[in-house]
Amino acid sequence: MASQQTQFTVLMRILHWLMAAMVLTMLGIGVAMVASLGEYHRLVSMHRPLGIGILILVVIRFVNRQFSTLPPFPASMSPQERLVAHASELLLYTLLFVQPLVGWGMLSAARYPIVLCGPLHLPPILPHSVMLYAFLRRTHTALAYLLFLAFLAHFGAILFHTLVVRDGLFSRMAPWRVRAR
Amino acid sequence: MLRRLVGIGVIILCVAGGFLYLGGWFSPNALTPSRFVDAFERTGGIHSGFRRNHAKGVGVSGYFESNGEGERLSKAVVFKAGRVPVIGRFSFGGGDPNVVDGPNMVRGLGLLFWLADGEEWRTAMINLPVFPFQTPQAFYDNLVASELDRKTGKPDPEKMAVFAASHPATVRALGIIQSHAPSSGFDNTAFHSLNAFRFVDAAGKSIAVRWTLAPVQPFAPASAAATAQTEKNYLFDELIASIAQHPLQWHLIVTIGLPGDATNDATVAWPDGREQVDVGTLTLDHIESEETSLARDINFDPLVLPSGMAPSDDPLLSARSAIYSQSFTRRAGEAKTPSAIPPAEVRK
Repeated sequence: MASQQTQFTVLMRILHWLMAAMVLTMLGIGVAMVASLGEYHRLVSMHRPLGIGILILVVIRFVNRQFSTLPPFPASMSPQERLVAHASELLLYTLLFVQPLVGWGMLSAARYPIVLCGPLHLPPILPHSVMLYAFLRRTHTALAYLLFLAFLAHFGAILFHTLVVRDGLFSRMAPWRVRAR
Repeated sequence: MLRRLVGIGVIILCVAGGFLYLGGWFSPNALTPSRFVDAFERTGGIHSGFRRNHAKGVGVSGYFESNGEGERLSKAVVFKAGRVPVIGRFSFGGGDPNVVDGPNMVRGLGLLFWLADGEEWRTAMINLPVFPFQTPQAFYDNLVASELDRKTGKPDPEKMAVFAASHPATVRALGIIQSHAPSSGFDNTAFHSLNAFRFVDAAGKSIAVRWTLAPVQPFAPASAAATAQTEKNYLFDELIASIAQHPLQWHLIVTIGLPGDATNDATVAWPDGREQVDVGTLTLDHIESEETSLARDINFDPLVLPSGMAPSDDPLLSARSAIYSQSFTRRAGEAKTPSAIPPAEVRK
């Protein structure tokens, strides 16, 4: 008899931790490159392909999620807390999808080539308009800070559940296998 | 419980602090693209919709005809024999879009080559044989030293002297620059790559290069009478008249550096006798006001390079890319004001 699932599937956990590393790296590169002269080119050259990588992975992850069974929340969580958890997941998914698109769109509007690696590049997705670029460039910064705050809230919430409530919420997404208690 | 909550707070603050640290929030005196462009704005003013440097200009277009000689130097598709469309922009250095033309002002030529596979090569060249500043910091310090004094309306000579005394590389470079008399117009100006770059061939071999656009139009020195010109756009007007008569052409000459030639110092010229390869001809046959030209809304970022070209270790290159981007972002969102050379002045 199958016991109740206590963890996200292996694929979901791999995607989660892979993306966590990529998104944190990306936030660090993003905030560092706009303040850097000497490292600007190196950082921006990593920023573009990494962003497109995140866009591809978030789509895979979202589709995969629709076809997977999710482990239940711990019994300690109230319906309100579950609602907040769902809303924050939705916010993170939305930001991880929209932010790379805004980046791609803003480069398109500025009529920059969207170079990934060597001769490999993407087509523009918006017409050349510097006003549109200026708007999207500001949006990209605002979304980056929002994403960082959403990450901090997510990280803070999991620390709270793990260290204070101690309800085993973290074990659902732990990179290692956790047996049902 | 309280201890644990405090611990969580400390962890979150550390993560947030690390993020802000990366963003330079704790180093208020570090030179950033933003602070650099602020310095341009203090010296040149803010002119809505215009570049913060090289503000006055016109758009041009034409094509580059590669002769195939560059293929052995770089695998970049621009060097395969054949023709690629080009747009560009002639400009004067400085932040004032309405400055009166003068023969001794720095002349710029930004170019964008549209390559067949969708790649691009952008380059922003100037007429100086070497660049006066070794590092971004030296360039910035010079900008600060040359800010206009509120009382005299001129740069403070004492600050300029202090800058010169502490920057021998700049003094040496200015000596080289002053030994080259400016030509009579844009059409017979040679433009230089300013920095060293690297070319990578199909086998992966990388060489240090600089390049020059050598004009087909014969050199004539800027006449003494020209310095007393009263027509404020006379050099641009002559360019417009010249291009209306016949297409203007430049040979793209690639100079190959040898091991030991400085690639990280734009203030020094490479020794004479380096191998030079003529890789093709640039033809510019159309000119228009910035108000209608695509070139106005293009950032001629010198690090938009096709596969087969790469930056050298010159610290100016990444800084140029960062600062051009910052200038572009600022002007992109501003209302566009009329150019000093309006469409009516450019008879097509």
